[in-house]
Amino acid sequence: MMNFKTRKIASKVCRGLYLAAILLFLYLPILTLMVLSFNDGKTMTKWMGFSFRWYEEMLGNKVIMDALINTLTIAFWAAAIATVIGLLACIGMNSMKEKSRLMIMGLNNIPLLNADIVTGISIMLMFVVCGISLNYGTVLFSHITFCIPYVILSVMPKFKQLQNSTYEAALDLGASPAYAFFKVVLPDIMPGVLSGFLLSFTMSVDDFVITHFTRGAGINTLSTLIYSQVKVGIRPTLYALSTVIFLLVLIILVIVNILSSRKNR
Amino acid sequence: MKKRAVKVFALMLIFVMITGLMAGCGGSKKGSKGEVYVYCFGDYFDPDLEYEFEEQTGYDVIIDYFDTNEELFPVIKNDTAKYDVICASDYMIAKLIENDLLGEINYDNVPNAANITDNVKSFFQDFDPDMKHSVPHTWGTYGIMYNKTMVKAEDIDSWTDLWDEKYKDQIIMPDSVREMYMIAGKILGYSMNTTDENQIKEMTDLLLKQKSLVYKLANDSARDLMIGESAALAVITSGEVLYSQELNENIDFVVPKEGTEVWTDCWAITSNAANKEGAEAWINFMLDGKVAATNFEYLTYAIPNKEIADMTTADVLNPSQDILAKSETLMNLGSEADDLYSKYWKNYKAKK
Amino acid sequence: MNRNIKRIFSGPFLAFILCGTIIPMVVIAFYGLTDRSGAFTVDNIFAIVTGDHPQALGLSLLLAFISTIICLIIAFPLGLILKDSNLGKKGFMIFVFILPMWMNFLLRTMAWQVLLERNGVINLILKSLELPLLDIINTPTAVVLGMVYDYLPFMVLPIYNAMIKIDNSLIEAAYDLGASKATVLKRIIVPLSVPGIVSGITMVFVPSLTTFAISTMLGGGKVNLIGNIIEQEFTVSSNWNLGAGLSLVMMVFIVISMIMIEKFDREGEGNML
Repeated sequence: MMNFKTRKIASKVCRGLYLAAILLFLYLPILTLMVLSFNDGKTMTKWMGFSFRWYEEMLGNKVIMDALINTLTIAFWAAAIATVIGLLACIGMNSMKEKSRLMIMGLNNIPLLNADIVTGISIMLMFVVCGISLNYGTVLFSHITFCIPYVILSVMPKFKQLQNSTYEAALDLGASPAYAFFKVVLPDIMPGVLSGFLLSFTMSVDDFVITHFTRGAGINTLSTLIYSQVKVGIRPTLYALSTVIFLLVLIILVIVNILSSRKNR
Repeated sequence: MKKRAVKVFALMLIFVMITGLMAGCGGSKKGSKGEVYVYCFGDYFDPDLEYEFEEQTGYDVIIDYFDTNEELFPVIKNDTAKYDVICASDYMIAKLIENDLLGEINYDNVPNAANITDNVKSFFQDFDPDMKHSVPHTWGTYGIMYNKTMVKAEDIDSWTDLWDEKYKDQIIMPDSVREMYMIAGKILGYSMNTTDENQIKEMTDLLLKQKSLVYKLANDSARDLMIGESAALAVITSGEVLYSQELNENIDFVVPKEGTEVWTDCWAITSNAANKEGAEAWINFMLDGKVAATNFEYLTYAIPNKEIADMTTADVLNPSQDILAKSETLMNLGSEADDLYSKYWKNYKAKK
Repeated sequence: MNRNIKRIFSGPFLAFILCGTIIPMVVIAFYGLTDRSGAFTVDNIFAIVTGDHPQALGLSLLLAFISTIICLIIAFPLGLILKDSNLGKKGFMIFVFILPMWMNFLLRTMAWQVLLERNGVINLILKSLELPLLDIINTPTAVVLGMVYDYLPFMVLPIYNAMIKIDNSLIEAAYDLGASKATVLKRIIVPLSVPGIVSGITMVFVPSLTTFAISTMLGGGKVNLIGNIIEQEFTVSSNWNLGAGLSLVMMVFIVISMIMIEKFDREGEGNML
């Protein structure tokens, strides 16, 4: 009996240690950047005292701020447009024959599984062949392209769960198809639409490779900016930037989590 | 569910708005005369000058960075992105001219060109005679930067010292084709502009012998690693020395006795620039004496401007005639030779 | 009638598939199968077995393989622990583990550069404790570390998602019938999490195989992966045809992963959503 108990405790301790080790691995780099962002010196090797100077410098740095705005606006519009197109596509595909639907779903998987570098290069080459100079629009286009599959993957299962009878009942009761869709179907598939939007937004913010190949003159997102800055030498303004991004993400995710767990109760 | 949707969307909107506001504080845009697209080496002028230029001239500046000359070329050549004014090194300027990718500068719009010092003008004979297409931004030489506490100063006077086993994992080499072959060429006594495949092959073999000693291949970031004392030796340009010494007094610099590469980085206007006047205004601004002084304080690269001649007297920035006589400038070698170099460079990169 | 109208709704999507996927694929195939003068050639495809390319591909395969295995070794027990943990709310634990994923991946990679640098944070700490220093920056080890760190969430999420779908009553029934822990793991948990494992493997392996950013930032220019070669062809060497040809070869691995997913994960159970 005693042996059983100690073994249980031992296994609990092991699990705890394992989780702790992974958490350390995950958070150590982020915490390091956070601490260094408050260092008053230019080099990371010496602690020169606490200061907000890198935060001030970051806010005053037009290149960083432009990249931040580009990142967010591209992510927002790419996610929004992809969500609309993906939603429409799901509606359309549901009234298709099984065969053509499967084929389209197969095509939908290509950008999802394709290596970023191949997607990025192929889209860039297409623009070059068509004589279109790379610009903000080309980045947005490629982001929409790789976001749509995520939307479809999140919305499609919700359509499968949907009971067609309620929609048809609404039609029988005299509702127009559009009215019936917005009042009956949309509320049911909303969670899928939302998670598709959020997933697209995250994927777009996190993308580097595709943006790297399709961006035009002066269009930097945070990813491409960081890549070029790291080559020049890391400046502490980037530490400040990571801290700000981490805290923003933390706050948003905590709020979303609280909202959704409240809803579930 | 619907309520949650509304809330989440509201959150996203607030998020986007907040960041928009943050950026709004960063730089407010005034009524503008148009945009000037600048393509430049990373961190190659004081960033505050961008705002000063915008205020003085009324243009909006959009700046993009690259790491090596080789990265710049396909962008301009394939027109994947449109820039008005670019910064590039001597041999790349020649290559761009050869491909008709640069426009001629109208010097009526660049009165500050009078500030350019004479010694640099002579370098232009090699790649852009009479400065028709480009004006100098900075110039300098390559050499070996070392840390006095890790390396004895008297031990370092030749490129061959970089092949010394005792500096294993202490050396930073440039991540740039032409500079690497320049070093190997100087050791073997070949020109850094050779197009002879056998010589290139021999240089590759020599470089490969040293690869196991290399800590990192890096260009601009080598400076920070030297300041942080992560490495003892780095091949770096003379312009980085004063800056590094400010932050780490143990750092010193030597131009090897075999001679070295003398380079000039220039501003030029692309042939299809959408805003040529804006580009010329940018060039004129960069040649202004006060601007050059600001830039020098920020960069510590030698800036060939008569107005700041008394600031750039440090020995590092003014190599002796003896060294200059033994040195060369990189030339544009044509696409066939470029392919040859890139083939062997890839070979160097892949081998252990 | 209604059906036909509804089908039109997928029009924009089909247009995007055409312009964003099919035409670009045709263009990249065209570039890959021609030389600079536009004449047909298969040299760019077979270039993968000539010169230094096999070596780079081999190294890429090796590093991608190692990092996928490490991710799997870390993620599987993690999934098990998370599945039957009673550490407060489960949602919170998952949240803690995927939070770092929302940080920009280049910032995360940059963080490792700061940590691992010879006079970086880790070594400063080791030095003050008088322990031997860690000297892995600019080596393949550092690149693997970066891959594992960046792509671990792609392994954890699908495995966890597949595991929580396993009915607990099934496991209890097995114990009631006298199965040992090992048997339950072998006969129930592992087989039922296969879709998640397969999906996780492809989602870690493909990006690791083709990355160039991680090897540039943590490999110090000395770790030359196939992704670096392709990227260099487009940026530095400017032989776009060769770059396109090599990218086409990369698609072989993507097709393999599509087939694997098709085989093991028909229902889409193992996706991250």
